[in-house]
Amino acid sequence: MSLESLCPMKQRYLLIVLVLLSVLSVFIGVTNLNISDITSLTDQQQQILWQSRIPRLISIIIAGATMAVGGLIMQQLSRNKFVSPTTAGTMDSARLGILVSLLVFTSASPMQQALTAMVFAVLGTMVFMKILDKIKFKDAIFIPLVGIMFGNIIGSITMFFAYQHDLIQSMSSWLQGDFSMILAGRYELLYISIPLLAVAYGYANKFTIAGMGEDFSTNLGLNHKQVVNVGLIIVAISTSVVVLTVGLIPFLGLIIPNIVSIYHGDHLRKNLPHTALLGALFVLACDILGRVIIYPYEIPIGLTVGVIGSGTFIYLLLRRKAYA
Amino acid sequence: MIEVKELSKTYGDKPVVNNVSVNIQKGKITSFIGPNGAGKSTLLSAVSRLIKYDIGNIDIDHQSISQWKNRELSKKMAILKQANNITVRLTVRELVSFGRFPYSQGNLTSEDIDHINEAIAFMELENLENQYLDELSGGQKQRAHIAMVIAQDTDYILLDEPLNNLDMKHAVQIMKVLRRLVDELGKTVVIVIHDINFASFYSDYIVALKEGEIINQGPVDDIIEESSLKEIYDMDIPIKQLDRCKVCVYFG
Repeated sequence: MSLESLCPMKQRYLLIVLVLLSVLSVFIGVTNLNISDITSLTDQQQQILWQSRIPRLISIIIAGATMAVGGLIMQQLSRNKFVSPTTAGTMDSARLGILVSLLVFTSASPMQQALTAMVFAVLGTMVFMKILDKIKFKDAIFIPLVGIMFGNIIGSITMFFAYQHDLIQSMSSWLQGDFSMILAGRYELLYISIPLLAVAYGYANKFTIAGMGEDFSTNLGLNHKQVVNVGLIIVAISTSVVVLTVGLIPFLGLIIPNIVSIYHGDHLRKNLPHTALLGALFVLACDILGRVIIYPYEIPIGLTVGVIGSGTFIYLLLRRKAYA
Repeated sequence: MIEVKELSKTYGDKPVVNNVSVNIQKGKITSFIGPNGAGKSTLLSAVSRLIKYDIGNIDIDHQSISQWKNRELSKKMAILKQANNITVRLTVRELVSFGRFPYSQGNLTSEDIDHINEAIAFMELENLENQYLDELSGGQKQRAHIAMVIAQDTDYILLDEPLNNLDMKHAVQIMKVLRRLVDELGKTVVIVIHDINFASFYSDYIVALKEGEIINQGPVDDIIEESSLKEIYDMDIPIKQLDRCKVCVYFG
């Protein structure tokens, strides 16, 4: 059987698992909600379902898919497997944007926060790409290190001003991803990501070509700069939206695209839906784990994904070394 | 025809290409030769619109390169730079399919698929078409990239040092393919090449550059000649006639 004919099958399996876990996720929580009661829910149970459980599920799926695809696009455009919104200053820039919006507009509406975060995320990512252009020493590991340093510098600026204005507490809620605060009315911003993902899919072929370099793109009549900018703007906006609603989910944009690339290659048309699916699935699984381990309390998603993700990341690093 | 008229390009205050004029004839292999830093690659990059030039003009089929739409030009002219530094994990077939991008923007028609199949067959890559590029040897990778350029179906094919890092067998294989592109498909091929014996055996026309200027140009037999080579390379290079071809013995 050829590789191509295997792809849709595997994708179907992922989809089935995602649906199963989604159902499971809805019925886990402190308030008792059983799948057998689904036809005869009390008012309170109905409210829990529609106000908390379903919004939580939707935001997990969107955030997971968005962060994974964002990482995929960034890796392609920067031509480096270790670049992602967490290792390119995108997330930190978005947080700086939130702080600025809190300082400038005394009571910033979610929309104002989102817009400022987006602008900062776009600018921060562009600065990182400019730094990338200037670096002569293009070692695969060196570049994400520069990105992490860059992110930390922005992070410390954020912390400095947050400390001066007594905003540390509000800032730290955006530091660690957490789905437990997701309620109806507080996550809808995430829906912005869906059209962005659709645009990204439409650009998939162009991103793949841009990932082969400027000369390669020009040869095929593609405006490299424009495609890179579109990609970075998609990533920066969707990342900001996730940071604002859920918080920072580390490593996701790094490990998911790398895993998919190993068995699916880098043709974005082919692996973008797969990456989105696996990203959603991974976050959902981590979330369920985080809710079950110390039940009835829960571990924030940033921590679960961080622990499992960093382990996987180290594995990927070592694996890469073995191949080099 | 590609007409380069009084072209100059400077990096900083250093001229890399200085007042170069050359006509590239259709249906021939033209080789750019010369020592390191002569401006061969810069000239090729300028002709293929990868870099901007400062002074002069380049006409492609009687239309200035600046007036060509990028996408239209990519159906007319293909440029292949060093192929071995591409790290993206694509299969051979996926790479070749991108050659059709200027026509279909990624949504392949049955005509595109015919072109892709022909290009793969032309480069004898049928057995490798589903393998990933990073699993291939240097010669196979180079063949895959040339197949992409063939699928692009352009009149002009420009290659920057296509023999870099290839062993003798694969170098000969690539040069034979370029010859077939010209003789069988009527393409026009322009290459930057270091090995003057490959240039001597396979090209029709040679352009010799030195320090950014054209020092000599003409049919192969006029250039592969002792006094001319001495002027280009500052070396005494004896030439031996071997059947129909001239071999330069430049080893010392």
